[in-house]
Amino acid sequence: MIKHTPLYALHQAAGARLVDFAGWEMPIHYGSQLQEHHYVRQDAGMFDVSHMTIIDVLGTGARDFLRYVLANDVDKLAHRGKALYTCMLNDHGGVIDDLIVYFLDVHFYRIVVNAATRDKDLAWLNKQAADFSVGLQERRDLAIIAVQGPNARSKTLPLLPPHLMDEASTLAPFECAEHDHHLVARTGYTGEDGFEIMLPANKAIKLWENLIHAGVHPCGLGARDTLRLEAGLNLYGEDMDETTTPLESNLSWTIAWQPTDRIFIGRAALELQKHHGVKRKLVGLVLEGKGVLRSHQKVKIDHDGEGITTSGSFSPTLGQGIALARIPVSDATHCQVQIRDQWLPAKIVKPPFVRNGKKMFE
Amino acid sequence: MSHVPTELKYTSSHEWARVESDGSITVGITDHAQALLGDLVFVQLPDVGDTFKAGQDTAVVESVKAASDVYAPISGEIIASNDALSQTPELINSAPYSDGWIFKIKPSNTAELAKLLDAETYIKQIG
Repeated sequence: MIKHTPLYALHQAAGARLVDFAGWEMPIHYGSQLQEHHYVRQDAGMFDVSHMTIIDVLGTGARDFLRYVLANDVDKLAHRGKALYTCMLNDHGGVIDDLIVYFLDVHFYRIVVNAATRDKDLAWLNKQAADFSVGLQERRDLAIIAVQGPNARSKTLPLLPPHLMDEASTLAPFECAEHDHHLVARTGYTGEDGFEIMLPANKAIKLWENLIHAGVHPCGLGARDTLRLEAGLNLYGEDMDETTTPLESNLSWTIAWQPTDRIFIGRAALELQKHHGVKRKLVGLVLEGKGVLRSHQKVKIDHDGEGITTSGSFSPTLGQGIALARIPVSDATHCQVQIRDQWLPAKIVKPPFVRNGKKMFE
Repeated sequence: MSHVPTELKYTSSHEWARVESDGSITVGITDHAQALLGDLVFVQLPDVGDTFKAGQDTAVVESVKAASDVYAPISGEIIASNDALSQTPELINSAPYSDGWIFKIKPSNTAELAKLLDAETYIKQIG
């Protein structure tokens, strides 16, 4: 049975092209994926991401539990209302999922994981939770709306419940405010400023409609993908999975090695990998000529072997083909990518490609 | 509902073909095909002088989402490619049957024309 978010009827009425995404019928675009991409870079767009899985982590053991199952350390969350991006690893250091964890109260954290990995994430978390005083509660009662773009916050703030508006207006990046079952976080997946808002399903329709009246454009998952790729943000299942570690996925910065006595799942494997030397890395590629990069294209580096693109597309902001690729560790600045029967030159760059509307590489 | 002009011929792989007064065949992709692909961002055109057999992949159109081959509806030699598509591939989205044409072929065997679909048959197929 295909699943629908609380906003499904609105998407249908808006003429969205709907596709099956991890068992959810979701808008891929509402007319033009390119235009939706530009709305987010230049003004404000919004995404229904209610298919993502919200899990509340409750109990006296919540902090210790998360310090054990996550590679980043929730002890970095210095006060309530702080959020953190992290990977959840298996014993081999492979990435089970990436997620954001929100510190809401003593004994109360919230994590948001990918829709496609819901079942295995919950199974893994429940298995690990057995040794901790912690309860996991999936929040299917909440919808999530991501409002993103340079004007996203100013257009959203007046539409929030009064209590929340004041607090939300002063949030720094990766901070959140919660009131009356509404959570507003200054986070996103586009490389632009904005909010992600979790709220009761029955309030989501009204907020979506009000945002449209405020001039925020509905955007589909198609634009979300080109935006996150330009922003150099990994897509789980494409750019990383259980066979790759954060060290091979441009995510070393998300591993909290300190304090050294914190045991977390995957730590031993990551230390061993570091000790032996990491062999592969995830980089950005920019096609030098015209064309579009796609996932699973072969990459050739002179004297340094071969790699493969993990996701690729046409960058609407740059007007060039871009990709993330996993290649052997090398100092090379250029490579060749196989597109159909041709090998075409591409530049190797460090992601992101675009941040806050600006090109980020030379 | 996709636009399917009655005066054109079609293939089941969503190309359209127009017989010009000089006997050459102009080829593009249908309104239905461009809508499925979404915003086009790149077109790989055939070189003038290349020859193709009917059904052979001749050009590639790429949208943000996906790449799709364009097949020669009829055998022959390429006598023109629409260079405007290099800078403005979105012409295929906005005007699939006019400014968004892709290439022109000089047919080597006009009998092949009879194998192409008429508008009515093509409409049934995409319906």
